[in-house]
Parts: sequence; C-alpha cells; structure tokens
Amino acid sequence: MTPALASTGVQAPPARGGAAAGARVGDSPIRPDGTPKVQGRFAFASDLEADSMLWGRTLRSPHPYARVRSVDVGPALAIAGVSCVLSADDVPGASTYGLMALDQPVFARGVVRYTGEPIAALAADHPDTARRALAAIVVDYEPLEPLVDPARSAETPPIHPDGNVFRHIRIEHGDPAATGEVVVEGVYEVGMQDQAFLGPESGLAVPDGEGGVDLWVATQWLHEDRDQVAACLGLPHEQVRLHLGGVGGAFGGREDLSMQVHACLLALHTGRPVKMSYLRDESFVGHVHRHPARMRYRHHATAAGDLVKIEAEVLLDGGAYASSSSAVVSNAARFACGPYRVPNAVVDATVVRTNNPPCGAMRGFGAVQVCFGHESQMDKLAARLAMDPVELRLRNALATGDVLPTGQRVTGAAPVAECIRAAVAHPLPTTSNDGWLDHPGGAGRTAEPPRVRRGVGVAAGLKNVMYSEGFEDDSEARVRLSGGVASVTCAVAEVGQGFVTIASQIARTVLGCDAVVEPAGTVGIDSAGSSSASRQTWMSGGAVLQAARQVAGQVRSALAERLGVVPESLTLTDDGWIVGAADGGAVGALNMTVAEAAGDRVFESTAVHRHRRTYPLGEGGQGDADVSFVFAAHRAVVDVDTDLGLVRVVQVTTGQDVGRMLHPTQVIGQIEGGIAQGVGLAVMEEIVVEDGLVRNPSFTDYLIPTVADTPEVLATCIEEPEPEAPFGAKGAGEPPTISSTAAVAAAIRSATGVDVTRVPVRPWDLI
Amino acid sequence: MTGTTPTPATPAPDADAEAVYQLTVNGTAHRVEGTRPTDSLLHVLRDRLGLPGAKNACEQGECGSCSVLVDEVLVCACLELAEAAVGCEITTVEGLTPVGAEPGDAALTGTVLTDVQQAMIEAGGVQCGFCTPGFVVAIHDLLDRVPDPGPLEVREALAGNLCRCTGYGRILAAIEQVVTVRENGR
Amino acid sequence: MTVLAPTRLDDAVAALAADPSLTVLAGGTDLMVAVNYGQYRPAGVLSLRRVRELHDWHVEGEGSAAQVVLGAATSYTTVLDPALATLLPALAQASRTVGSPQIRNTGTVGGNLGTASPAGDTLPVLVALDATVELTSASGSRNMPVSEFVTGPKQTALAQDELVTAVRVPIARGPQEFLKIGVRNAMVIAVANCALVLDLGGRHLACALGSVGPVPMRDRDAERWAEARLDWDARPPLDHALVDDFGRRMAAASRPIDDHRATAAYRRHAVEVLARRALARAWAAT
Repeated sequence: MTPALASTGVQAPPARGGAAAGARVGDSPIRPDGTPKVQGRFAFASDLEADSMLWGRTLRSPHPYARVRSVDVGPALAIAGVSCVLSADDVPGASTYGLMALDQPVFARGVVRYTGEPIAALAADHPDTARRALAAIVVDYEPLEPLVDPARSAETPPIHPDGNVFRHIRIEHGDPAATGEVVVEGVYEVGMQDQAFLGPESGLAVPDGEGGVDLWVATQWLHEDRDQVAACLGLPHEQVRLHLGGVGGAFGGREDLSMQVHACLLALHTGRPVKMSYLRDESFVGHVHRHPARMRYRHHATAAGDLVKIEAEVLLDGGAYASSSSAVVSNAARFACGPYRVPNAVVDATVVRTNNPPCGAMRGFGAVQVCFGHESQMDKLAARLAMDPVELRLRNALATGDVLPTGQRVTGAAPVAECIRAAVAHPLPTTSNDGWLDHPGGAGRTAEPPRVRRGVGVAAGLKNVMYSEGFEDDSEARVRLSGGVASVTCAVAEVGQGFVTIASQIARTVLGCDAVVEPAGTVGIDSAGSSSASRQTWMSGGAVLQAARQVAGQVRSALAERLGVVPESLTLTDDGWIVGAADGGAVGALNMTVAEAAGDRVFESTAVHRHRRTYPLGEGGQGDADVSFVFAAHRAVVDVDTDLGLVRVVQVTTGQDVGRMLHPTQVIGQIEGGIAQGVGLAVMEEIVVEDGLVRNPSFTDYLIPTVADTPEVLATCIEEPEPEAPFGAKGAGEPPTISSTAAVAAAIRSATGVDVTRVPVRPWDLI
Repeated sequence: MTGTTPTPATPAPDADAEAVYQLTVNGTAHRVEGTRPTDSLLHVLRDRLGLPGAKNACEQGECGSCSVLVDEVLVCACLELAEAAVGCEITTVEGLTPVGAEPGDAALTGTVLTDVQQAMIEAGGVQCGFCTPGFVVAIHDLLDRVPDPGPLEVREALAGNLCRCTGYGRILAAIEQVVTVRENGR
Repeated sequence: MTVLAPTRLDDAVAALAADPSLTVLAGGTDLMVAVNYGQYRPAGVLSLRRVRELHDWHVEGEGSAAQVVLGAATSYTTVLDPALATLLPALAQASRTVGSPQIRNTGTVGGNLGTASPAGDTLPVLVALDATVELTSASGSRNMPVSEFVTGPKQTALAQDELVTAVRVPIARGPQEFLKIGVRNAMVIAVANCALVLDLGGRHLACALGSVGPVPMRDRDAERWAEARLDWDARPPLDHALVDDFGRRMAAASRPIDDHRATAAYRRHAVEVLARRALARAWAAT
C-alpha cells in the first residue's frame, strides 16, 4: 500500500522534467519537484500517514554512561491507547548495527553510553499518549563516571568491548626529519557542529501482513538502510522494502539509522502502520554530529616561503559509537596539509570513543576541521615571513601532477591557484550604513561605527570526491523510453541537492524528450550509494548517463535495422538526436530525436556505474586512496565591534573547482548554502556538551544563520573538466563548507589582532 | 531544555477529552474533531484538516516553517492553540491566492502558482523545500504590506524563517524578481 | 480541558475568579512551547484573544504626567507602530529585537511581564521608566511598579486569580536607548540588554540592565551620580571620563552568571559597554 500525503490521499506524482527547451545538461531548468514544494503538497516523510496508524516514540537515556539494571515497561503498557512497548529483548535479528562497525545497539542492553541512547520504543494511538507512556517506563540506572575528555580515551578502561580507539592513522611522507628555516606552531580547536536539517527524523513503517514491512523514510542511502534494518529484523531483503519519503535536508545527519529499525519493529509487532517523527529536541540527540577536533600543527618553510614540511596531530572525539568515524579520521589525515605541495609530512590522526554524543558524517567530513588548522597555520607562516597570505598560498598551491602526502599523484583537474585568484579578484564590499542590520549586533543596535574594524581573510581547502581507500562503490540506474517520455529509475536519495533535476536533464539531453524521475526505493533497482561525499552527480549521474546512452544505442540499432543500414551509419548527437551519416546516402536526410526514432516501441536499459579502483592506505599512510579531488578557496570580509566582540560577516567570495556545471543555479545553491553553514561554524554554531549532556538541543540555543546573518556571496565557478567524471563534473556540495569557516576566522583575526585558535569564535574570545 | 526526558504534569481528569469546534481555513469552515484540546493549530492543520503545508521543523516558534496568516497577520501555527483560533480567518500556503485570481477562487487557488511561488522555483530558491511553504507565506505577507521593501527590510522581515539548504541567496533573488515584475505591472 | 474565549474583560476576570487554575493565554509564545513539548498540560485555558480592551492602548494624563496605558495583550508589532513608537521609543527599540516578525505579531507586553524571564527585552525599559503594571481580579484592580512585580527569575507577584490587564508607561520626556546583545543578528535571547532613558525636564536619568541578574536591575546611586554631573542646561558633548565611569558603575552593580549562552565575565564587560554607549547616544540626541 502507498501511504497517503495527508491532503489528497495520493502520493505526490512522479517528478517530471521540463518540457521546454532549456532543460538540458548545462541549463538551469526548474526542478521537477519544485511545484509541489512551493504549494506545500510535497510529501515529506513527516507528512505521510496511513489508516489505523500508530505513533511511535523512543525512550532515551538521560545519562551519558550508566548501567541499566532493569527496564519495566509494564506501567506504559497499562496506559490506554498504548499498543506495544519494545526493548532489547524484542530485537529478533542483529542486536547492533552501524555504518562501518556494528557496534551500536538497536536498544541498549545493560549499559547506556551516551545521553540520548535508545532504550525502548513504544507505539500508541496519539503522539501525546506516546509521550506520556514514555515517562511511565521505569528504568533503573546506575550512573557511572562518563569518559568525556577525548584526550584520555586511550588510557581509560574501555567503555565498549571494541575499545576506546576507533582508528589511528599515521602518514609519513618524504623525510620525517626534514626541517625548515622558519617554523610556526599552533594548537587549534573546532567545536561540535550539527547538521540541523529542518525536516525532523521521520518515517512510516507499514507491515505487509506476511511478516514483511515497507518503510517510507527520510534517509541518505536507501539500500544501506535496508540492509541494516533487515539484519536487525532478522528478515531477508525481499521482505524489507524501503521507499524514499521526502527528505528535509541531510548534510550527513541521515547516513546513520535513526528511527528505521524502531518503527519497523513496532509495525511488525502491532500489525499496524507506525509513524515516527522526532521533535526538534529529540532530533538534536537522535543523529550524529560533526567531530569536535583538537589539532596541533607545525609548519616548516624556507625563508622564501616554500613549504618544507608539515607535522600535524589530530584528535577527533567520535563519541559513543563508531558511525563513520574511521572514514572521517582518514579524511582528516589525508587532507591535513591542505591544497599545497608539501615535500615532507608527518600526520598522526586519531578518532576515539567517549561518552559524548556520537559523531559521524557532516558535510566536509574531516576536511573542515583540518582546513581550519592548516589555513590558520598558513596565515601564521605568512605573518612570520612578512609575506602576503595570498602570495604564500599561490606559491605553494597544488597543481595537476603534484603528489599528495599519501603519495598519490593528482592526475585530474587541480586549479588551486585559479580558485584562490578568483576568490580574491571579486571587488571588496563598500562600507555601508544603510541600517542596523549592516552592523555587527544587528537590530540590537549596539554598534558604534568608530569601534568597528573590518578584516579580510582568505583560505583554501581540498577534499576527496567520492569514497576512498578501496571501498567498492557503484550506482545503478534504469532508463526506460516509452511513448516519447524517458523515465529514470534510480535509488538516489534526493535530499534537496537537486539530483532529480540533473537526472531528468541527463535523460533529456541523451534522448531528446521529456523525462520523468520515478520515486526512489529499494524494490526493483540496486543501490545508488549514499547521497554524500559529493558523489551522486558522478556516480548516479554517470549511471543515468550510461543507461540513457544504452537506450539510445538500442534505438539506433532498431532504427538501423528498419532502414536496412548498419547502425554505424547513424550518428547519435550529444543533444539527443539521430542524424544520418555525413556522406548522405540512404539516410542522409534523417534528423529526428532519439525519442522520435523510438516510435511506439519501448526501450529499457540498466547500467551500473563504477569508478576506477582505489586502494587502502598502507605503510606510512601511503596509497592511491582517492578517485578525485575537489578544491575551493574563499575570501571573507567581516566587521567586528572591537568592544563587544560581535561579528558581522559582510561578504564571502569563492573560487570553486566544479569541473562542469550541469545546472548552474543548483551549483550556486550549493555554494551559497554551504557558505552559510561555514559561516555558522565560524561564528555561532556549537553543540554545547557538558559532562556528556547536550545543553542546547533546540533552535533557541543552537543558532544557525538567519537571513539577517548571511553575507553577500560572490562565486566564480572554475570549469576545468575532470577527465574521468561523467560530463567532467565534480561534486559541488562540500567544498563551500571546507574553507569558508577558515576564511571567516582569518578575517576576524585581521580585524581584531586576536589570535583566534578555535571555532566557533565567541564574542568573549575577541575582547 | 536539558537532555533528560521531560516529565509531563499529571493530566487533569478530562485532559484527553476530544474537543469539537469550527475553524475557518482558506475560506472554508471546517468542523474539527478528534483533537486534543491542547493541540496547536499546526497539529490540527496537518493531522486533522489534511493541510500538511505548514511544517513541523521545531514546534517552538524558532524556525518559521509553520508560518500561516491568522486574520491576515503572520504567525507561527505551532504557537497558536487551535481551539483559541475559533472565529479567525486562517490562511495557509495551500490557500494563497494567485495574482489575478479572486480570494477563494477554488478553480485557481492551489493549482495555479502565485507569483512568489513561481519566482521561488525559477530562481532556485527551493532545495529540500521544508522551509519553503513558510517562506512563501512570509514573503506574501511582506509584499502585501510593503510592496517595495529595501534589502535590509526584506532580511529583517524574513529573519524568522530559517533555511538550512540555500543560504537564502536564491530566495532573496526570487523576491527581487517578484518585486520587479509587480512594479512593472503597476 | 476547556478553552474559554470571552470577549469582555469582566467575563475574563470572572472566569479566572471561578477557576484560578485556568491558564491564561494571550500570545502563547512561551506557553505553547511548553505545551508542544509535553512539559505543561493546562487543565483549562482562558484565551484573551477576543478581549478588545486588552489589545487597545490610549494616553492618560498630560505633560510630564502623561503615560501610555497599554492593554496587556498589546503585541510587540503594535508597539513598533509609529504612533506608539514615538511615545515609547525605547520600548519600540526593545520590541524590534524580540524574536522574529511572527513572534512580534503574536507575543505581548503583558506576556513578557508574566513570563518575567531575566532576559525579557521589555522589562529593562519598563523598569527604567518606572512603569506600573495593572493587575485585575474579581476584587478589583491594583497597580504596582514593574520593578516590584518581577520578583525573581520567571517569578512575579501575580496572584492566581489575577490578570495582567495593562501596563502604564510614562511617555518619553527625553531621548531613550535600548541596546541588546545576542550572538546572532536576529531571533536571539539577550546575553545582556540595557535601557537608558533621560528626563530632560526633570533632570533624571534611569538605566536598567537585563540578563545580568535574576531581575532587571537599576543602580540608583549610579543614576544620581550621573545626574549630578550632567549639564542639563547647556547639554555639551559628554566627557569621555564621565561616560566610562558610568559604564563601570553599572557593570559593578550587575550580578551576571555563567550559563550556556555566555560567561559572567563577558556579561559584566558587555553591560559596561552598553551603558556607556547608551548614555553617550542618548545624550548626543539631546
């Protein structure tokens, strides 16, 4: 059964691509789901409902570390309207799950390791009843002393059987004993940022009456969720079918399971649909956060400003469970030196377990943290050398052909210098006096213009595009051409980034007709991989491209057969046409779209896109671990009230290495949105954790930028095609978050003279 | 809020009694039943009246995703006690009137886009879309009151609507587009 | 649970007298958050939405005794209306910083008083202006200074059978300033705020600070100290030393705490700067 979108009883119709010209690759057509979204008809996972639906809620630990002596669900079951209360004994399959290590319990048994860890879940006939019933469950906790300092994790007795160290990586590049004439050192910290997507964790599980279940859920990777859920339910894959419920943003926060297993268990136990939708306070403890980081750096350079060696020690706090920590720390290690030629490097990066909130994927994935470190160092080095910070970066900028500290040679596009030059080429903003919102302090009217100082800072960063270290990634897509319309089936989780738009553009471009993107799910199509790591355009865009081309090839063959010619005498153009061979002949006058050439026949093809092989990091952290790299630079201008430490970010400019823009407006959207998140990390966003407790699990006190806080953004997109990428396009989602924070921090230093060593920067750090 | 599970006060004997009342939404009178008396207008719109346009991003009045008009005033539906909105004219995103249509013109309302809605999708102001209905309502409210707002005025008027995806740039561009087109039309 | 929605004030008062356990609902911007999160389950609600008198305002008295009588359900947006903003400039400045437009349209001055948060933005203004709050029950009305009404963090002198029905705020008798610090440009709870008002005819200065103590605070000694040194006749530009000293005195009187929003040390420093700037700005406007 299909769950209803509450208003009309019908699921939002399949997304349909633009019919008019201007909907091809390289154009900026309206997104296919745009109309229902502006009308409020688009079915987000939190909007779904079903007949006889129950509401599910999760009981979570109030303690960061405690033994659980007993769980008494009897009082909750006794409440009228409560159908079912489940805990650890009720998990039929695997009792733990995880993205990389299966170390996270579906329900805690015997011990809880973070504040917010699920202990039980229940289903009731009204969300209010569910909440009251939660409070009736009696749990006997024995609080334990929590491990909250990551620096002590390694020497503290394990708080989990798998130990307290998730992963340690050491990279040694060149000569570890090399030194430079000039040495600068620093210690830097990045606080815990949250993805703060607006759509709360939500899903609707519907039992099929035959022991299986359908789950509509907001997630980033349908098939991975399906696999984990099926394992925990003890069911074969065919009995666990996931469908994408509309996703209200993700940014890495939906890569781990949240309510999926809980809702399915409740649905299977009660025999009724169960909806779970977190309130915002639960959301803040219901997903992983960005790893807080402590970094120590030492940069060695010649007196002329050539980098000689970088030493870095990085410690990431992974919180209670593994999530994707081992991949995050690898990223942090591989990119700790920045987008520069570094002949010698020693990087020691560790991610540890604590009783703090679990951390995992967030846009930028380890590269954000080290970028703050290496860019702070580059500015320190520039100051020591009395050199312009831009010049220092340009002098050392990575380029195609250079070797990274992992020993991997950059073979693709690497326009680092171009990015930096482009970022600083934009005109600086004028000082404006239009109104209070133009000044630090905003409508609070605190600013005194003579006490406001303007500062400018630049930063550059890099990251991998796609998965690394030998992970075998792929994506499957099917294209079906029928009745003049191409329908694309692909399990990509559309989370707002606009994959549905480019998928329809790609199909339209290859086949020359309208395109429809079918709803995403696990049935009838294999995995498209995660909507993360800036990989979907390449991997799933590539799969759609492949499948569409295969269809075009089939159409050409069929047409050739009809015309009695060899297929090679017909040419498929780049924009969806079949034309006759150049020498004319029997087919010289042919000029029709692929779709037209298909006529009444139905053509369908499935493709799996893979990338070239990558390798694990071996001895000394050496190995060709990545497929491709992406680069960006930012320049930030800030005004600071020097007496109050209040900051207004006036302008952020960027030069970003995009390969090719498949949809220019959507690329700009990723840039502006990513910069806003980078600004947030720089000046206002932090999950405050004290003794393992989250102090600010609400939008009242976890502050994300409003429209009154965001700067003017000017962007230059540098299109140097990436040789191995479909269309030459690189993912655009992460680069905007990586060096924007560092640029804002640098601008604040420039404005105040304060040696900012931690982000987010607080007013009291600046006075 | 702290990290602990909140403990609700012991409910009064009839706290769960179902309320029955009438709400006027988008020009239509709706009989509301099967709700809890403490339900917010947001819950009633979404769970009882089949109007899920207003969203539940925070239910604290901190994000504006539930923005609606009550007696032509922009408010957060999550902060309105539904039963206390009896007698008010409530307008949700589903009930906005496209330019040129008459209010309550059922043939057009909800099917033809308003100029704000059209501009939002053309300018790229929609990514995940969760904040979008709230923005659409708030932008309509702003431009109805102030046809030609300055840039800072726009920012101040929309500071109660959070967006996590777009960084607001394309949303501001959409507003400029609407203002320009409306000015040319005057 | 019943929801009562009277249209007349005396009906509202009578309802509360009959059942003092009723939860009074005006804007609901504080109450509904607690309800949505299951922290508060009212047994009955008395909605004031339809009580016209509580949404109106008028001017009472003349000359230096003139004051605005604000119905308790006056929204922040109404206070921003030029007609009111010219009479109560600091209250308008404060109202502008509250929440978002949605919150300002709904939230009320009476609610700000009833919630009595130490960070409440109207409270320092009302305290600086010696505003009075009118409390009404079935036994009649009484008035008390706002400074006495707010007794502690989120605590007031309101009796269970009383409604806040009006706030009487003296009309501006000179320049006024309200400044507020938050980490974000909009929608922030004050880390510190400051209201400063000048009464040119009466040669008085009042300065109240918020978020640096359990209740909004004034320091009468600091005010008198400044009053004695200001040249009320010639009104020359202020001496920097005077302004700085005033700021230090206000900071010394404050009692800030550390919390997850800010440190006590920052708050103390911040109010010194705010008091200084408020005085300088208000005086420059004379």
